[in-house]
Amino acid sequence: MMMERIPVLKTYKLYIGGQFPRTESGRFYAVKTSAGKLLANACLASRKDFRNAVVAARTAFGSWCSRSPFNRSQILYRLAEMMESRKSQLTEELKSAGYTTAKAEKETDDAIDLVVHYSGWCDKYHQFMGTVNPVSSSHFNFSSPEAMGVMAVVAPEEAPLVGLLGSFIPAIAGGNTAVVLASEGKPLVSMTLAEIIHASDFPAGVINILTGQLSELHGWMASHMDVNALICFRNDATLTKKMAELASANVKRTFFHPASKAQEQTPYRLAETQEIKTTWHPIENIGGAKAGY
Amino acid sequence: MANTKNIKQKANSTPDRKLDFNGDWSYAPSLEGTEHIKIEKRYGLFIDGKFSAPKSGKYFATINPATEAKLSEVADASAADVDLAVKAASRAYEKSWSKLRAAERGKYLYRIARMIQERAREFAVIETMDGGKPIRESRDIDVPLAANHFFYYAGWADKLEYAFPGKKPAPIGVAGQIIPWNFPLLMAAWKIAPALATGNTVVLKPAETTPLTALKLAELIRDCDLPPGVVNIVTGAGTTGAAIVQHPSIHKIAFTGSTDVGKLIQKSIAGSDKKLTLELGGKAANIIFEDAPLDQAVEGIVNGIFFNQGHVCCAGSRLFVQEAVIETVVAKLKDRMESLIVGNPLDKNTDIGAINSASQLKTIQQYIQIGKKEGAEFYQSSCTIPAKGFFCKPTLFLNVSQSHRIAQEEIFGPVLAIQSFRTIEEVIEKANNIPYGLSAGVWTDKGSKIFNLTSRLRAGVVWANTYNKFDPSSPFGGYKESGFGREGGLHGLYPYVKF
Repeated sequence: MMMERIPVLKTYKLYIGGQFPRTESGRFYAVKTSAGKLLANACLASRKDFRNAVVAARTAFGSWCSRSPFNRSQILYRLAEMMESRKSQLTEELKSAGYTTAKAEKETDDAIDLVVHYSGWCDKYHQFMGTVNPVSSSHFNFSSPEAMGVMAVVAPEEAPLVGLLGSFIPAIAGGNTAVVLASEGKPLVSMTLAEIIHASDFPAGVINILTGQLSELHGWMASHMDVNALICFRNDATLTKKMAELASANVKRTFFHPASKAQEQTPYRLAETQEIKTTWHPIENIGGAKAGY
Repeated sequence: MANTKNIKQKANSTPDRKLDFNGDWSYAPSLEGTEHIKIEKRYGLFIDGKFSAPKSGKYFATINPATEAKLSEVADASAADVDLAVKAASRAYEKSWSKLRAAERGKYLYRIARMIQERAREFAVIETMDGGKPIRESRDIDVPLAANHFFYYAGWADKLEYAFPGKKPAPIGVAGQIIPWNFPLLMAAWKIAPALATGNTVVLKPAETTPLTALKLAELIRDCDLPPGVVNIVTGAGTTGAAIVQHPSIHKIAFTGSTDVGKLIQKSIAGSDKKLTLELGGKAANIIFEDAPLDQAVEGIVNGIFFNQGHVCCAGSRLFVQEAVIETVVAKLKDRMESLIVGNPLDKNTDIGAINSASQLKTIQQYIQIGKKEGAEFYQSSCTIPAKGFFCKPTLFLNVSQSHRIAQEEIFGPVLAIQSFRTIEEVIEKANNIPYGLSAGVWTDKGSKIFNLTSRLRAGVVWANTYNKFDPSSPFGGYKESGFGREGGLHGLYPYVKF
């Protein structure tokens, strides 16, 4: 009698602080195919999971933003390399979520290319955004971008891979850390991506990914006092209005974009995650300092 | 001839000799004349290129805070008045301003800049009379910077495509702008100049205690033959501001003021398509290292906290001094404070003028009481202050701890909270551990230390070995709860364009 091999199913968890914990709430939601077949149980992240992820992101922020931009660039590029080598896994994950092979491959390719694009910006946006300012007094004065801090990111519902990556990679390239809520209907590929991120060179806590419901988490994401900015790619007018109101509690920067914008390759997406710092220092004005030479 | 009576030797062994300003050193008054100044008895609203009576029919007085005398009365704009102003701004945007070639737009701004320069003395005197700031500051800082701001942005008008690589910038439409009372004309310039340069039209509300220079600017703009409705100036208090913020035809709000009001504005426009920039409060750390040039640093401390009576959002209101030099710095600071002249803002000798309003004076006095109750050591200079008007002596608190309210909350007055520190780590931690992030100061002779500090302080403007410097080409604005968006420089164009 032939013994059929029973496949080993994966337990999908959350990605917080470089670890894969289950939700502290012990809750789940069923992720199904369009035909209604159960694909897996995803974690239904709670307020506490989000807060834990913010702590991880805040802890990681100092060293991530002070790494050399060139180093950040290499770490992003390494992610693209890892994704390329695991392309078939990502494609399979998208196919199980209902994609055709061609569409799944296209989205995976786009996702990898998006990471390569932003990898290149890591050590270039300073020159795109920075200025030396010709003040009238005898001072040297310059303005340069600095990472804003911890970003709460709501990935778009569609394009669960390239949309997800595009929602937070510009912020990460700019030296920020992020807590990202993945697509609610197609969350599974986000945890596969988390495994790839984990196997790449990203320090723990720089990228944190949760699966769950925006209807439950939006208030906590918008009102958390240790989150500097909120970036949202879902267009539910009632929820976004509420989030924008709550964000005012700590003058959070808010960016509500159409879902399609998550896939854009542009330094202006990165620019919105930056603060501009202007520094002044006197220039000595004695002796030959003003002489022609 | 040296007057030995005025030089007293300190009792201890240090060779420091200091001038005794309580002796017979007195300055002859040097009053700026006010005869040439023309202030109307009553001002209407500047809408569609002319002054008109408010529909509300209401007016309120604006006073000189140094004398408490009424200067004029100005219209209290209702929501219906604001609506008229917005309609005029929308018409001007559609019919004239957006049709004008960018270079011609720039030429109007150049005109405004030039005419402010021509009328600089008048503006300076009125600014001082209406707001209480020393004439030296309004004459040498506020008015020239306001003119320069228009001049600077005038030149951007026909060069915008070079500011945003790969994008085609377009104006937003009507901008609603609400400004504070601490730099009335300068803030009007900061708001109006970039908005017009990028092709927007404007409805601006000056603060209720300092409306006069904005209304004089309205006259000047009319005299420049700007198309009617491009700039509209409506006076009033909070309800007028709220009507601007909530008006559906305004698509851009720029606000400078308190963090509390900024949060309310951010909340009230949630879900709308209005773009927002906020320039809010601050509680800047001014950090003195033991290797700093101490005499220069003391000048920087004085300029940081006593400039404009401390009514400065980026004031260096928290002083951190490294332990080894704190005694010396505080002694020098106290000596320097003795030489500060508090009094008639129109006197060219005056260093510290009048507090802007009775209510602001009350706020400051309450914080002084809070500081004393919290156990910080209180010190004021021995100067005299005028009997009439709103004045406050320059004030220090020593032995302040990080948790004290006077170290956490913005006082917006001439009150300095002093803390000591030992290590760089400690001072960065303390400096950043606050909800605000507008500005900071660092004093040290070591270049590498400066860059360490300037890159780690979470603030939008960092002054190293200097303080409270401003320039039209230099972006200004905060991190965290000090707001978002920048004013000045190329970065100051962003808030007024869409792609």
